[in-house]
Amino acid sequence: MTVTALLFASYAEAFGSDRVELSLDAGTTVRDAVAWLRALPGGAGLPSSPLVAVNLEYATADQRLVSGDEIAIIPPVAGG
Amino acid sequence: MSIRTAIVRHPIDVAAMLAEIQDSANGATVLFLGHVREVNDDRAVTGIEYSAYGEMAERELASIANDAVAATGVSDLSIVHRLGTLQLGEASIAIVVAHAHRAEAYAASRFVIEEVKKRLPVWKREQYSDGTREWVNAHGVVSRGPE
Repeated sequence: MTVTALLFASYAEAFGSDRVELSLDAGTTVRDAVAWLRALPGGAGLPSSPLVAVNLEYATADQRLVSGDEIAIIPPVAGG
Repeated sequence: MSIRTAIVRHPIDVAAMLAEIQDSANGATVLFLGHVREVNDDRAVTGIEYSAYGEMAERELASIANDAVAATGVSDLSIVHRLGTLQLGEASIAIVVAHAHRAEAYAASRFVIEEVKKRLPVWKREQYSDGTREWVNAHGVVSRGPE
């Protein structure tokens, strides 16, 4: 299955890109997807347990992904 | 009842927000503004660049407004967060709450800004007088590394 990963701010800078298409096994969890990202070139700059949103809503590390999901890796927020 | 939230890329029109929320049933209106401060962590700040996960930020801001209504009982609330490069003194966020009584209005205003600091997917990069730039978190601390 294919999942789109979005990166922002300091994470996008560390990664060198703000968008990556991941080909993952069906049933892959958020935790596993983050591990995949961290294994990619530039991915070592991402934390092991970042805040993550799936399809615009905050998600847990155990949440399972389905094809077409959009997973966003959220740096420490700084609004206001 | 008037609940309005927006993420904008232009200066926030506070007077328009206040006018929109005016209702003679309300005896108190609280306005909170967050703006760009000239010093952070002993460094001279010249501006702040705000960015966001736009689509999620819009949803999350609306969700914060709804939660504020549920938590405090106010029903007239307007929140605007600005993105882009802001100069010293410019407002990055404006929160207007009106209610029959001041206690609920103050509580809702405080609720909103604290939730924004925790949940809104917005990031800021400070620009300093020496030409450098740094990502900072909600506590004003420079991000030295990802963890």
